[in-house]
Amino acid sequence: MKLPFAIAAALLCASVVLAGADEALKGIPAPPGHVFKTIYSGYQFRTAKTRALQDDDMQNPGFLAIDRAADLWNKIDGAAGKSCASCHGTAEDSMKGVGAKMPKWSAALGKPVNLEQQINICRANAMKATPWPFKSQALTDMTTFVRFQSRGMPVNVQIDGPMAPWFDKGKELYYDRVGQLDLSCASCHETNVGLHMRADLLSQGQSNGFPTYRLRDQRLIPLHERFQGCMHDVRAVPYEPLSDEFLALEIYLAWRGVGLPVETPAVRN
Amino acid sequence: MAENKPRIKLPKEAGKGEIVQIKTLITHPMESGQRKDADGKPIPRKIINRFVCEFNGKPVFEADLETAISANPYIEFFAKVEDEGTFTFTWVDDDNVVTTAQEHIALKA
Amino acid sequence: MQTFTRRQSLALAAALAAGAALPRAALADTKAEAAELIKRFADGKEPMKSTVTLDLPEIAENGNTVPLSVKVASPMTAQSYVTDLLIVADGNPNAKTAALKFSPLSGKAEASLRIRLAQTQTVTALAKMNDGSVYMDQKVVKVTIGGCGG
Repeated sequence: MKLPFAIAAALLCASVVLAGADEALKGIPAPPGHVFKTIYSGYQFRTAKTRALQDDDMQNPGFLAIDRAADLWNKIDGAAGKSCASCHGTAEDSMKGVGAKMPKWSAALGKPVNLEQQINICRANAMKATPWPFKSQALTDMTTFVRFQSRGMPVNVQIDGPMAPWFDKGKELYYDRVGQLDLSCASCHETNVGLHMRADLLSQGQSNGFPTYRLRDQRLIPLHERFQGCMHDVRAVPYEPLSDEFLALEIYLAWRGVGLPVETPAVRN
Repeated sequence: MAENKPRIKLPKEAGKGEIVQIKTLITHPMESGQRKDADGKPIPRKIINRFVCEFNGKPVFEADLETAISANPYIEFFAKVEDEGTFTFTWVDDDNVVTTAQEHIALKA
Repeated sequence: MQTFTRRQSLALAAALAAGAALPRAALADTKAEAAELIKRFADGKEPMKSTVTLDLPEIAENGNTVPLSVKVASPMTAQSYVTDLLIVADGNPNAKTAALKFSPLSGKAEASLRIRLAQTQTVTALAKMNDGSVYMDQKVVKVTIGGCGG
């Protein structure tokens, strides 16, 4: 597999040409200090038929998770005899905008937390319920459901103050070459955006649609699982889901997509 | 396993003789029987093999599904509404697990 | 509790017999299986390449989930309607993909599904009318292996 690193410089330009694209990509201006001038959701890199799957709530398989989680939201669970609704009322109201700003700083923990972690913090502390394991259907469903309440709202993660060192760590990890194939996130998602790797069209690797229904896996995939997959594919030992490394990377990656609409549940390859 | 709630979309009412579009989506892994687990052992086939839609007891649309149907099957079809009444939807899988749902439709005055 | 109707039992028996009779190994054998399924459905008639429109992408985003739509131009009245529609894929381990049944109550002989395609292959949709006539449409779908570990 050959990757054209030689033309790296030429590719750091705003316009992206898709092989066989019949329409211009719809991007938005990147946040200040960004390596790109324009940023694009992964939605723009998929075929028209895949986009149609995402656009129709009846065809989008992610909505099966949303229906399940809507029930789970009201279900009493744990020794405290509470449900999510007991504290948070209607999700449509209380969770609006929450997913768009994750990960957020937790003063109590002295570190950031992402949506999966926050859900489990609520379960353990407020509900006295067993936390859901990462990749479990319940946790992925609920993460999808909560983030869905921010659908259409712009991603807007905090990166200053206490978040700054985490942002810096995430940026370092993003550009770190790892694995037998000696590739970084940037190798594909910055240097070679719009080019094909075998039959895969490389996107900017944005996270605005996660958890995402992947056609390949035929289920919703949480972001840290996708990180693991990418690291595995370059033959590196992946960090653990919900590790500090992936948390830092999630923060940095969210900043790379600031302004993009939350699309959860997105449909991707 | 928790109750499997399908998603169904159709209009709440229709004119007499109007043809309405019906969209259905249900959770199911549709395990084809072609995959192998981590130890190399084949994962047994388990799919929804039949879908039936009836209106007031009469068949409107039926589908015998095979292993090539993707997970979380989406089935979209049409129905001609001559009376008000009830659509019943039935999914049957290889283990004879049956999921049913009903939707009522009224006639526009 | 669900019990098989007689029709379902007969269909199941027939499917099992068909499965036993047709070996499924290499691509060549699946093409033969597909041709056999088409021949049986057409019941001695030559399917006419018209009336049926099969909509599939030229290149599948991912072979695991390929949106398929099929429509048959038919008045769907008691006098003239589509009774059965068979979808066959000649490059899958199992060529039979779906068998649909319509009635005049369908209003339109149209349906959409999502299918799996194991590799680049030809998908055929055949429609049978109440008068026994058979029509068909075919599409070739290119299925590729993704870049990053598939």
